[in-house]
Amino acid sequence: MTNVLELTNVQTFYGNIQALKDVNIEVGEGEIITLIGANGAGKSTTLMSISGIVPPRSGEIRFMGKSLAGMSPDRIVALGISQVPEGRRIFPWLTVTENLDMGAFLRKDKEGVKKDMTHIFELFPILSERRNQQGGTLSGGEQQMLAISRALMARPRLLLLDEPSLGLAPIYVRLIFDIIRRINRENGTTIFLVEQNANMALKVAHRGYVMEIGRIVMADTAESLRNDEGVKRAYLGV
Amino acid sequence: MDYFFELFLGGLTRGSIYALIALGYTMVYGIIELINFAHGEIYMIGAFTALIVSSVLAFAGMSGPSVLFLAASVAIIYSAAYGFTVEKIAYKPLRQAPRLSPLISAIGMSIFLQNYVMLAQTSDFLPFPSLLPELPFLESYGLKIGSSEFIILVTTAVSMVLLMLLIKFTKMGKAMRATAQDRNMAMLVGVDVNRTISYTFIIGSILAAIGGVLIASHIGRINFYIGFIAGIKAFTAAVLGGIGSIPGAVLGAFILGWTESFATGYVSSDYEDVFAFVLLVLILIIRPSGLLGRSTVQKV
Repeated sequence: MTNVLELTNVQTFYGNIQALKDVNIEVGEGEIITLIGANGAGKSTTLMSISGIVPPRSGEIRFMGKSLAGMSPDRIVALGISQVPEGRRIFPWLTVTENLDMGAFLRKDKEGVKKDMTHIFELFPILSERRNQQGGTLSGGEQQMLAISRALMARPRLLLLDEPSLGLAPIYVRLIFDIIRRINRENGTTIFLVEQNANMALKVAHRGYVMEIGRIVMADTAESLRNDEGVKRAYLGV
Repeated sequence: MDYFFELFLGGLTRGSIYALIALGYTMVYGIIELINFAHGEIYMIGAFTALIVSSVLAFAGMSGPSVLFLAASVAIIYSAAYGFTVEKIAYKPLRQAPRLSPLISAIGMSIFLQNYVMLAQTSDFLPFPSLLPELPFLESYGLKIGSSEFIILVTTAVSMVLLMLLIKFTKMGKAMRATAQDRNMAMLVGVDVNRTISYTFIIGSILAAIGGVLIASHIGRINFYIGFIAGIKAFTAAVLGGIGSIPGAVLGAFILGWTESFATGYVSSDYEDVFAFVLLVLILIIRPSGLLGRSTVQKV
């Protein structure tokens, strides 16, 4: 299996504060992997390093074998990495349609974009109903659907999802995880899922990593992690 | 009634110019939350460029609308280049710095550009040729409006419609709105934020240059200091309407233009600036976010 994404000894800093310490992660083609850990462990920073918003100070991030060092965030998106950041970050004063358009910002195939948008409106009828409404007026769950849809509009090879279930009603949590599974199965999109809801995350993922204060402390198949006593106690609340 | 109409028209003309400059302030603020104090100087540089080009052309024996067209075109290109360069030199390196730093840098740029023009040209007022053509048809239709006022109003209206279309429908416009609303998210969907910020400065500078050429032709004289006065007024207009809001800047500009015009006409021309700034103080007390400004609402 070829690796879509490889993080090797990644160290990331905010000013003088080190957020990531020697992080090593591999993501294979078509996999769903999850990164779990407590608040402030460095999960979001890992995604922001991959996307080039907070580039690592040392170590290497490779996508499809190509180093991302020195690349600006827009070039990283162009390579095929899209992120749904924590808190959804919908453009509040753009309409639902305009938000989706922004997702396809770098695409030149107008016909394909139109087709994908129709497909998304079929998938999420509620977004279609609200297509001319401003993004900021949607509910949290609707915004999360929009945020994932916006990322899909770029037709990414690798989708980074940061806490997609955070703050959502249980019915939406289940829906979002269903969608994640479907995206992976139907489009073959590789998924890197960051979650605090370790229970759900380890159910959809193939493999998982556990992060503690900036370090990867465990890496295993999702099933083994689910059955690990330490993980159970710390993250699954059993 | 005639007097009233005259003042109304005067306010509208003034407001148009303020609007053209205020748009630059509000667009830049919207995208990088910086009051670009050097923006008035871009307007002044536009006027000076037009003066130099038209003088050269007049010396070469040219006259008529082609002079206006060439002078305005060069002024626009020159101002756009200045706006672009000022951002690259004075603001971009400070993007991660505390907010006060680029603000001080902007004031520095403003002072630098004023003095640079003063030294390169002169500190005296220079006569500006009347580049705007006479439009005899206005009188034959019985319209009581001067040619230059008419041209200012029409040019401003056309510029604003074009700007609105650009922001609403083009890819660049969408990138500008997205960047203004959430810069990091714009990066995450693939917007080249540096380029988008440059475009914003260029568009703002183009509008300011148009304003500079129009008002200089209308009033007939310029010096290095006109940018400061016009800049402060346009800034007032932008704050009045709600800084960051494009319709707000236009609305604020017209309200300011009319306030000055009517106050000058009915009370005293000595208090022109007093009325403008009293209005600003009142708005800031009653509605600190400006008439059309919006306070940020974030869903968590």
